[in-house]
Amino acid sequence: MSPVLISTVAVKEFKNSIRNRWIIGVSLILAVMALAISYFGFSPRGETGFGGFDVTIVSLASLVTYLIPIIALTLGFDTVVGEAEGKTLELILTMPINKFELYLGKFIGLSLSIVTSTVAGFGIAGAIIAWKSGTEHISDYIFFIISAILLGLAFLSLALMISVMVKERSKAIGWVIFFWFFFVLIFDLVLIGILVATEGKISTFLFSALLYANPADLFRLLNLASIESVKTAYGLATITKGKAFSQPFLYGGMFIWIIWPLLAGYFIFRRRNC
Amino acid sequence: MNGENGLAELIIDVENISKSYGHVEAVKGVSFAIKKGELFGLIGPNGAGKTTLFKMLLGLLKPTTGTIRVMGTDVSEVWSREVRAHTGYLPENIAFYDHLSGLETLLFYARLKGAPKSEVSELLDLVGMTEAATRKVGEYSKGMRQRIGLAQALLGKPEILFLDEPTTGLDPEGIGAFYNILNDVKAREVTIVLTSHILKEIQDRVDRLGIIGGGKLLASGSVKELRAALGLRSTVRVFVKDKVHAVKEAAIKAGGEIASLKENLLLVNCPNGSKMVLLKELMKEGHLIADIEFHEPSLEDVFMGYAMGGEV
Repeated sequence: MSPVLISTVAVKEFKNSIRNRWIIGVSLILAVMALAISYFGFSPRGETGFGGFDVTIVSLASLVTYLIPIIALTLGFDTVVGEAEGKTLELILTMPINKFELYLGKFIGLSLSIVTSTVAGFGIAGAIIAWKSGTEHISDYIFFIISAILLGLAFLSLALMISVMVKERSKAIGWVIFFWFFFVLIFDLVLIGILVATEGKISTFLFSALLYANPADLFRLLNLASIESVKTAYGLATITKGKAFSQPFLYGGMFIWIIWPLLAGYFIFRRRNC
Repeated sequence: MNGENGLAELIIDVENISKSYGHVEAVKGVSFAIKKGELFGLIGPNGAGKTTLFKMLLGLLKPTTGTIRVMGTDVSEVWSREVRAHTGYLPENIAFYDHLSGLETLLFYARLKGAPKSEVSELLDLVGMTEAATRKVGEYSKGMRQRIGLAQALLGKPEILFLDEPTTGLDPEGIGAFYNILNDVKAREVTIVLTSHILKEIQDRVDRLGIIGGGKLLASGSVKELRAALGLRSTVRVFVKDKVHAVKEAAIKAGGEIASLKENLLLVNCPNGSKMVLLKELMKEGHLIADIEFHEPSLEDVFMGYAMGGEV
């Protein structure tokens, strides 16, 4: 494995995200979203003004669950299939770089784009919130940013898997829509359906397993179950008891969601003819 | 098949390879070998299997059966960084990242190939793209892309160059410049494998060629060998001033075969190897002849001969 070759591909991908203003665009969206939520968070009560980090995290976590997956999926879905259609993949595969190095380089480059835009967007917003309403719960906000990055990377990993699964870009778009709907919207509806149908008599193990089967749910748990007041308010205090919902386990679950699609994608890519 | 100088000099050795896509057999039992420093042409109609064969030689496709050895490594089984570092490839209708400039494009591929940065400016100069180097590739004409493509293929001073329809999109001046560069490259003992559908362009340049048709190698050898194998002969056009029959008799005496006689134009098929004998005999009647033209069978004639079912 050659770190030079991996970094060459990663730098090209990252520069591409800077050049096409993807990073600036996403940073702005995230910053504006965080500031707006913080400022207008109390508007239902007839108040405006910057709220603290705890209030911001609760509202932001719901929105980020919708937004970050689609951002990451659209960033990575055509990474390989787009190059194959554009005929640039054939040439690159005749170079002294193997498919693993190419695939990993692309993932690292695109990951850097997600990390930069998330840190910049939420970082700028966080600095303004801290200036206006103090630094209480700032560590929770930092962990929120970290978990948002991990959520982005998990969906980026899925996006790269999509990009090697299909031979046409149009089909990849179809898979992006499917994955987004499935993990962000349908999955929780099915989960609620199961709980209603079983009148809540579902084993703790199965319930935990189902929550771990969706990176978006892991993200929600990481943020909503981390602040005690929020945990109680959302009724999560009872269901998130136990080791399975401890922070290290939840982060571990997120890492698994980054790694398995990445590996699956690589094995598909390795077998794929160009 | 292995060439006169034996196995030791072989740089590419293809043994009985086939490639199937489902029930369709794109390449059927092809074997040939290419010696170091040789310029080997692959010709054949569209859909003959040239591209599939090329992709297998480059290790992009795995043959269904058979082996391909490039620089002694079986590239049909093993992915070799070493082989790739010593190989250059110019695909037909090359595509680059449109948002990168020509310079950035070459720097990117140079890093992948482990070539020094200094080579990039040398190659830009060689292909006449120094002035346009900072412009985005998306703004380039097809010919300019092709020239950057050639520079890319030459990065890292490859020992083998694979060129797929390399002059597509180049104007006549560009084609001339391209072959001048190729001559310099060949002088450095670089092995070149080239496909082209412009047979006129390559007939005097290739050392040997392989004719592909229907996924099979119909024939391989030098243009001269292939002409001889098909029994194609040179034609002599004799423009006669006077006494046509005397000139005709002289041609027959030298072993020529009269193909036609129309007014003052005599067409003579010249047996292989007796061109000079025929010329000497005709010159004895030189005072009766206004002009003489020799026509060698072109590569197109050779190709058509095999495409029409000539014997291998």
